[in-house]
Amino acid sequence: MIKFFLMVNKQGQTRLSRYYEHVEIHKRTMLEAEVIKNCLSRSKEQCSFIEYKDFKLVYRQYAALFIVVGINETENEMAVYELIHNFVEVLDRYFSRVIMFNLDRVHIILDEMVLNGCIVETNKNRILAPLFVLDKMAES
Amino acid sequence: MGDPLVTLPELIRGVRGARTQAMEQELVQRECARIRGAIRAGDPQAGTTNLTKLLYIHLLGYPAHFGQMECLKLLASPQFHQKRIGYLGAALLLDERQDAHLLLTNSIKNDLAHPSPCVQGLALACLGSLGSAGMCRDLAGEVQRLVRDAPAPVRRKAVACAVHIVRKVPELSDIFVPICDRLLKERSHGLLHGTLLLITEMCERSPDVLNHFRKAVPRVVEMLHNLEVSGYSLEHSIMGVSDPFLQVRVLRLLRVLGQGSEEASEAMNDTLAQVATNTETSHNVGSAVLYETVLTITAVHSAPGLRVLAVNILGRFLLSRDRNIRSVALTSLLRLVHVEQSALQRHRATVLACLRDPDPSIHRRALDLSLALMTGANVRTMTQELLGFLETCPLAMKPPCASGLLLAAERFAPNKRWHIDTMLQVLTMAGSSVPDDAVSRLIQLIVEAGELHPYIVRRLYGALARDISQQPLVQVATWCIGEYGDLLLADSCEEAEPVQVEEGQVLALLERVLQSHLSLPPTRALALTALMKLSTRLPGDIDRIRRIVSVFGSCHDIELQQRAVEYNALFRKYDHLRASVLEKMPLVKAEEEEGAEVVAPGGQKGASSSSTQEEPSQIADLLDLLGGPPAAPLVPAGSDAPVAESLLDLLEDVTTAPPIPPLTVWEGDGLRLDFAFQRPPADPHLLLITASTSRTSPGTASGFLLQAAVPKSLQLELEAPSGTSVPGPDGAPLSQRLRVRNPGQAPLRMRLRVAYTPPAGVPVQETLEINDFPAAAWQ
Repeated sequence: MIKFFLMVNKQGQTRLSRYYEHVEIHKRTMLEAEVIKNCLSRSKEQCSFIEYKDFKLVYRQYAALFIVVGINETENEMAVYELIHNFVEVLDRYFSRVIMFNLDRVHIILDEMVLNGCIVETNKNRILAPLFVLDKMAES
Repeated sequence: MGDPLVTLPELIRGVRGARTQAMEQELVQRECARIRGAIRAGDPQAGTTNLTKLLYIHLLGYPAHFGQMECLKLLASPQFHQKRIGYLGAALLLDERQDAHLLLTNSIKNDLAHPSPCVQGLALACLGSLGSAGMCRDLAGEVQRLVRDAPAPVRRKAVACAVHIVRKVPELSDIFVPICDRLLKERSHGLLHGTLLLITEMCERSPDVLNHFRKAVPRVVEMLHNLEVSGYSLEHSIMGVSDPFLQVRVLRLLRVLGQGSEEASEAMNDTLAQVATNTETSHNVGSAVLYETVLTITAVHSAPGLRVLAVNILGRFLLSRDRNIRSVALTSLLRLVHVEQSALQRHRATVLACLRDPDPSIHRRALDLSLALMTGANVRTMTQELLGFLETCPLAMKPPCASGLLLAAERFAPNKRWHIDTMLQVLTMAGSSVPDDAVSRLIQLIVEAGELHPYIVRRLYGALARDISQQPLVQVATWCIGEYGDLLLADSCEEAEPVQVEEGQVLALLERVLQSHLSLPPTRALALTALMKLSTRLPGDIDRIRRIVSVFGSCHDIELQQRAVEYNALFRKYDHLRASVLEKMPLVKAEEEEGAEVVAPGGQKGASSSSTQEEPSQIADLLDLLGGPPAAPLVPAGSDAPVAESLLDLLEDVTTAPPIPPLTVWEGDGLRLDFAFQRPPADPHLLLITASTSRTSPGTASGFLLQAAVPKSLQLELEAPSGTSVPGPDGAPLSQRLRVRNPGQAPLRMRLRVAYTPPAGVPVQETLEINDFPAAAWQ
């Protein structure tokens, strides 16, 4: 089960966070800070799976952005690694401009892919279909 | 309010532009105030913008709970855009613990019946992530209807929502079981994905459902087969592997279904083998599928050939250049090591090679795996490699490596000499990272290995001469030099190190240890004691030793000072006792309790016996033995047969020898005294007697007191009795324990004095002599 999904930049600021399990607000900031510290201190040589407290972190770096996903032991880490990549490709396809000014859209995309900690959809077209509908409605 | 509405991009830009934390906080506070005002005013147009801003603020970590009611209001609005934002806000801001949660139920119910599929999808998603048990129960029927009848995108979401329902309320899985059978025949991948997930969840929670779905195994296997051979499909392939996510999901379900069931596992064997051999592993994708396959193969009852294939795949992973794959392979191999020992040994060399990888997490796993792979046959080579690793590994890894090595050496050592050698090497390299009991274990081993003493003491001397900074090593070395100093100077040693050691050199070395600032207080204490022992062992002059010892008589450290003063006293007033006090150590048994019992019975050096009992240092057991009684006959190392009892036996009171028959010591005047005997196997000289007193005629005797004495060669200890009044025949007898120590195995005789007041009135005293203890009690 996926516990959380974070997008963090190199300075350590959270760009997107989605928790699939309830975590208190102040604990969230602490958790994010620690997770980021762990990931930023890894060199390129080291593997992308880290053990942190009682779950595993899978992270992937894209230019100045880190995507970190926390999973528990039952998930296949390499499948989650692929999921991250899939997610980034979807974002690429949809957003022509910089992502961060349309945070709610990114949330919507993430919601289409992952529901309550489980992967539900991985086909790019199907993920983006509701978004196109939404855009059409918003314009009209 | 009058201010122009700030849009989300502007807010984000503003926050990012804030140069300090204080500025950012101020900006956020102002924005929150504005949003609160707008919510109160109830402006519908700005609703969505405000909510999105609020979500961003929530993301940054500031409290945003005042937006919850706004979410609910937006949820209920007929406009899709607002609804969407409302649901998003609900997902982020609400959860089961908030009170506003319940208000969601009605909105969701209405939306589930909405004509538009998008809205239905929204409601399902919300229910799926936030639904509480109550909500799920209410709405499960609706969801089930949607799974059956709705158009495709909604069905997908409905199935995912069903997964959540089943998680929250497992009893509801019954309504979904019949549908799943039908759903398995679908072709759409998204739907299949959700269905498989649902089935997996249900099977994990309920064994009945599991049995039901075992019949579906052929269908599932066929699905996997089709995926494998289907070739390239634009929609689903990633890097040449067709829909890897679905494959992984199918494999996980097969794992759940196959565990514990032979026929199900058999049905899957072929397909698993096919997937395992045909999947391309040039990219991460293929490896992910292969990894899942391996996990499945190992979890179900697969054919042995298949299992070997799985292990080989993992071995191949280990050789891959991608670190992720290697670490994943190491973790799974660790899980497998107990099951597939023989197959894994083939990959030992690769595992050892992983020790040299630059990534520390891989080191850790490789180390654990290597330690698990060690057996009696390969222990020498593995230890060599691990010692090499120990030398170069970072400081954080030294403790686990050292303790692992020591444990392995203990389990698999082919002979004593190798064992001691290895322990010495570990101590030399790992320095202060060894576990605390390593020093005492090593010393005990050394004492046991009688014939190797000359060799050991020479090696230790050499190691100490080279380097006095590694504290555990220094402690062991000083102790040994003290004990076996005479062997060090003797010529006869067949080892290949014909180093001539002079007496003066030995003393100089010990002095160096004493005075070095690197030595810890326990080390200094040991060195001082070692010097004292040498004063009897070495033939040379003892003035030098006297001088050193007296210098420490005014040392700042209390412990050292105390010892030095006592040793000085030994030199001056009790010189005639020095030789016997400092004799060679008897064989140490593997129990601290033994050491604690061998306490000087108010010995000659009154001061020292009390001080030895107060030693707080971690080598307290050694010090106790040192201060132990010379009066007790020193048993030479060779004659004691039972050695190396494990510490567990310490707590065992059960005798393995045939039980000794109890003895009725005395019966008379309505009172009866019984002795029950016990010889704990851990200690052959100890006899535990439980004396139980009971009355044979009704009435209670009070003021009962038992005194006992034994011949001079034995030692007796009485523990406190359970009471002083002896109850009648139907009450629990009074009991008292006696401990008799009989090292010389002299015949046991005892004189008892019993005093009590019978119910009749007059206090009575009886003296008894017992000579007829059963022979087993003292032999």
